[in-house]
Amino acid sequence: MRAIILAVALLLTAAPAQAALFDDLGGEAGIGHIVSLAAARFLGDPRIAATFGNTNMDRFQRMLTAQLCQVAGGPCLYKGHDMVAAHHGLDINQAQFNALVEDLQDAMTASGVAYHAQNRLLALLAPMQRDVVTR
Amino acid sequence: MADPFESGRLLATSGVTQLEGVGGGGLVPWALITGYGTQDAVGATVHGTTVWLPDFTLASTGAAVGLFDRAEISYAHEWFDSRQAGGRLGIGNGYTFNLDILGLKLRVLGDAVYDQDRWLPQIAVGTELKQSSDGAVLRAVGARSDKGADFYAAMTKIFLAESLLVDLTVRLTKANQFGLLGFGGDRSDSYHPEVEGSVAYLVSQSIAMGAELRTKPDNLRFAHEGAAFDVFGAYFLTKHASATLAYVGLGDIARQGAQNGVYLSIQVGF
Repeated sequence: MRAIILAVALLLTAAPAQAALFDDLGGEAGIGHIVSLAAARFLGDPRIAATFGNTNMDRFQRMLTAQLCQVAGGPCLYKGHDMVAAHHGLDINQAQFNALVEDLQDAMTASGVAYHAQNRLLALLAPMQRDVVTR
Repeated sequence: MADPFESGRLLATSGVTQLEGVGGGGLVPWALITGYGTQDAVGATVHGTTVWLPDFTLASTGAAVGLFDRAEISYAHEWFDSRQAGGRLGIGNGYTFNLDILGLKLRVLGDAVYDQDRWLPQIAVGTELKQSSDGAVLRAVGARSDKGADFYAAMTKIFLAESLLVDLTVRLTKANQFGLLGFGGDRSDSYHPEVEGSVAYLVSQSIAMGAELRTKPDNLRFAHEGAAFDVFGAYFLTKHASATLAYVGLGDIARQGAQNGVYLSIQVGF
């Protein structure tokens, strides 16, 4: 019984934190704006531009928006590939992963997302490093 | 072929350079590898640090190399100017103690940045090999040796959602005042486990503020030695330059009373 009460209490405290992140990112529209700014930075970044050579950027932006929306606790469902499949064959190294993070940070800053809200999103994305960085 | 000098890690994840020339905070070595090289690259830093205390001035400079985000090799030299206290202690005004420190660190487990879904911190083990140039004076104050080796294990975790960095380091040491007053003493000549910790709040992408505590052995009869602490702010201008300003207390040194002062450190590297 005590475990159930604890679990419920944890859910009650965790859910608003997630929803708050979705709001702090500006909701679905805000996330879409961040993604469009980020996508432009990815393509303009000589460290990672080549990895988008075969990417349909319209689809990429829709997928990334849905993924970030879902991760941030928003009412979205990401239906794209898992991170291993999505990055298969791209041979992405650690510096490229971090370059993308820096571009995303820039895009969030340009969208007016507070630094500590940026970190809350990045904390949820960071473990994806294990699936994305393959060399 | 990736650039072997890419500076590919994220800003501030290098940490800064602590007093003994090792990648860490101000007083405490961290499990992070110095510089900004990823597992595909090398990084390097040079530092200059000065600590202005009521009765002493401590300066440190050195260089450190980070290899593939796995290993770190560092060298530092410390000058400890006794100013007027030297006269009171009978070694002459301005007598300056000299200490060389070779540091080796190996990262063994975990990732402080990416393991945000795990409790496991980044863990590194290391040693600091220290050689003093003041054998005669050190023996006179009761120290047993002018050289010594410290061994430590450091655990560092970034709680990114909370914008917090936490480090806990445990050190086996015989050093008196970091080794500036030699190793071992007439009160105790055995290794002591000492505890060191840092907490830093990431205020912005380029600013961290925090506090540290470091316990030390108390080996010498002639003077009691206590813990050291600092409260710091670090500014990461770019991946190539950072500055750390701290209020530091090194405790009582050589019966001259509490030594609380200002710590300033500049670091450049890649």
